[in-house]
Amino acid sequence: MNQTIIITIVSLSGLGAVAAMILYVVARQFKVETDPRIDEIEEVLPATNCGGCGQPGCRAFAEALVNATDISDMHCPVGGNEVMKQVGDILGVEVEEKDPYIAVLKCSGSFEHRKKTNIYDGAPNCTVAAQLYGGDTGCSYGCVGLGECVDACDFEAMYMDENTGLPVIIEDKCTACNACVKACPKDIIELWPRGRKNKRIYVACMNEDKGGIAKKYCSVACTGCEKCIDECKYDSIVVENNLAVIDPEKCKLCKKCVYVCKSNSIHMINFPPPKEKDRPPKERPSRKLAQTKAEVAEVEVSEVDVVKVAASKADVVQAKTTEADSVKDKTSEVETDKANTSDIENINIKNEDDTSADQKDSKDISSENENKA
Amino acid sequence: MFMFIFNKLKTFPKGGIHPPEAKLSAFKSIEKISLPANVKIPISQHIGVPSVPVVERGEAVKTGQIIDKTGGFVSANIHAPASGKIAKISEEMDVSGYRRMSVMIRVDKEEQWDDGIDTTDELRSEISLNREQILEKILEKGIVGMGGATFPSHIKLNVPRGKKADVLIINGAECEPYLTADHQLMLEKSEELMVGVKILMKALDVKKAIIGIENNKKDAIDKLCKLAEKHDDIAVEALKVQYPQGGEKQLIKALINREVPSGKLPIDVGTVVHNVGTTYAVYEAVQKNKPLIERIVTVTGKSVKNPGNFLVRVGTPVSTLIEAAGGLPEDSGKVINGGPMMGKALNDLDIPVTKGTSGILILPEKESSRSKSKVCIRCSKCVSSCPMGLEPFYLMTAVQRGMNDEIENNRILDCIECGSCAYICPSNRELLDYIRLGKSTVSNLIRERQSV
Repeated sequence: MNQTIIITIVSLSGLGAVAAMILYVVARQFKVETDPRIDEIEEVLPATNCGGCGQPGCRAFAEALVNATDISDMHCPVGGNEVMKQVGDILGVEVEEKDPYIAVLKCSGSFEHRKKTNIYDGAPNCTVAAQLYGGDTGCSYGCVGLGECVDACDFEAMYMDENTGLPVIIEDKCTACNACVKACPKDIIELWPRGRKNKRIYVACMNEDKGGIAKKYCSVACTGCEKCIDECKYDSIVVENNLAVIDPEKCKLCKKCVYVCKSNSIHMINFPPPKEKDRPPKERPSRKLAQTKAEVAEVEVSEVDVVKVAASKADVVQAKTTEADSVKDKTSEVETDKANTSDIENINIKNEDDTSADQKDSKDISSENENKA
Repeated sequence: MFMFIFNKLKTFPKGGIHPPEAKLSAFKSIEKISLPANVKIPISQHIGVPSVPVVERGEAVKTGQIIDKTGGFVSANIHAPASGKIAKISEEMDVSGYRRMSVMIRVDKEEQWDDGIDTTDELRSEISLNREQILEKILEKGIVGMGGATFPSHIKLNVPRGKKADVLIINGAECEPYLTADHQLMLEKSEELMVGVKILMKALDVKKAIIGIENNKKDAIDKLCKLAEKHDDIAVEALKVQYPQGGEKQLIKALINREVPSGKLPIDVGTVVHNVGTTYAVYEAVQKNKPLIERIVTVTGKSVKNPGNFLVRVGTPVSTLIEAAGGLPEDSGKVINGGPMMGKALNDLDIPVTKGTSGILILPEKESSRSKSKVCIRCSKCVSSCPMGLEPFYLMTAVQRGMNDEIENNRILDCIECGSCAYICPSNRELLDYIRLGKSTVSNLIRERQSV
């Protein structure tokens, strides 16, 4: 009995020792030399594996960084300058600071601005729909609205707004990883410099149809009227194929183009509400008229609570007010989440030359209230 | 009993379905539609490079005059379908669902034909041109495949060096439900069709031609059989009523039992397939010098008052056709360009008829709306219905997951987009939508690879 136990123990430990020796020899003999810096860099990288750097994952990016002779073109959009600086420290090279980017939606054709001309009931996939036809509105350049970009986003930085039918990019969460840009079949999402103090101005339209046709199907389409070009002092705007395009490198954020655009297709983000001196001179009379109206109205709506103000800031069109309180609550919820910076792209506070007098009134009220708040 | 076995109709061996035939417009004689006030002619009516307009705004054109010239090798000429003034050359909505370049002609009250075009109905059976002249005529007169794919015909007939066709197949299957344009053409223009077959045989230098017709068109089979008796080299074959019998590869397999290998063309197995509509257009181009400016279109649908077969000029708006068939029914859900299986819903009724419009189908709302897509239950009905032997359920999932190598290796490019899988699926999955998406992804990848 005892003998059996002893034999078992001895033979098993002998076997173990032999195996350990083989493993040791193999490990020594066939050891793959890896640069220890790869592990160090991988530790620093955000480990999101989003592919925003152009590599299949963070490990691959770390390898590429170590193997590259010049890393000036390589950048981790998620980690940003901070992470790249740490990477530079590990590699012992100076890393140039790069401007942070953010995805912007270059379409503002919500349900309200773009009437549906037909109904799509095929596969719920933007690319499939775009292959079939131009889209369910008369505009064949704008958002299809089936949310492929939202599915592509790994950072939960996007959601579809049910009220506008357009995706919304949440500023704080967007890492500019390029996933949504690649997913969009209509190429309406673009990476844009976040800009000084998070302020930026861009043309939120991709419509290349002639002015008349573009306007017929979408009330906020760029018509290529070139008024913005005349207004811009910095030559930062060009009109190609009936579409204005702003060069973010040349743009000095003077806001003149925003005010001159008749169709509201130039959006400005994170700007304070417009002041008197910003308005183009010819529109002053109407502004004064509107202001007096607003003052009268203000007495009536004096007690507007903060939530409503926030909501109206989020979307001027919704600030047409009183109706659809539930809608406002929804938007204000999101609003309060994001401290000061608004996540909603539609802060197009300039509605000045809009035709409807009602809209003018309510808007002025809202901006007044906002100032107070 | 043995007779029954021997009489078995020819068909393709793999897959296939049999949807309700619903040939509502059968035996309705071809009706000519008068010219509308304006015709819009898209410059891209065929597969390949769009044509290039050679006319300018304000120019007066005669019917049959060339207005767009070929833009490359795989391209076709386009001719003025009506005489009048060029009103504008601008971007207009076409069958693709996008605004694309079109030439618009304001039609004259009195039609003026271009010189040298024979507009009479007289039959000309004497083929005086030689092979090269025939090919040139077909290229010049802008003939494209009229079964729906609109592939330029002169390319199919220009057999590459080293390859040889020994049999010509004429496709009269018309397997799509509802459509009857080819059927009616075979009945009314059968003699012209025979001359057309002879011309194509001369162009290809083949000694044998087979006309394949589905067995639900017995009168057309009888009529063509009678005419074919005079010619030793033309045979007429009845085919089993099974969708997609009219698919090029299926037809070849059914009629001459040859299988076109994956990624290859019918010419690689020694045959060329042409549709009966194309054959008639070839007859008109070669014998009457008439370019492809009109075609027969079936306008049909269960609620349509007067479904029928209409002879229309290219460029006529679809709305004009619908008016001719008794107007748009109230319960209309979708207006489809083509048949119910392979057709495509139109997003605008002012879209013009092109060379490839074989039918306009108006489906009632109840029938046209898609049911909700559910999960795959692995019943494999799509696999057994696929005439190309593919696995649609697997391809769809792989496309959704972006597994591009996998779908390419599983021969997604062999898909003929017949829609049998989507038709048969009990879970109403959007199989074809995603397979089409995968096909375009893979062909883009292949193009990229070739350019590198």
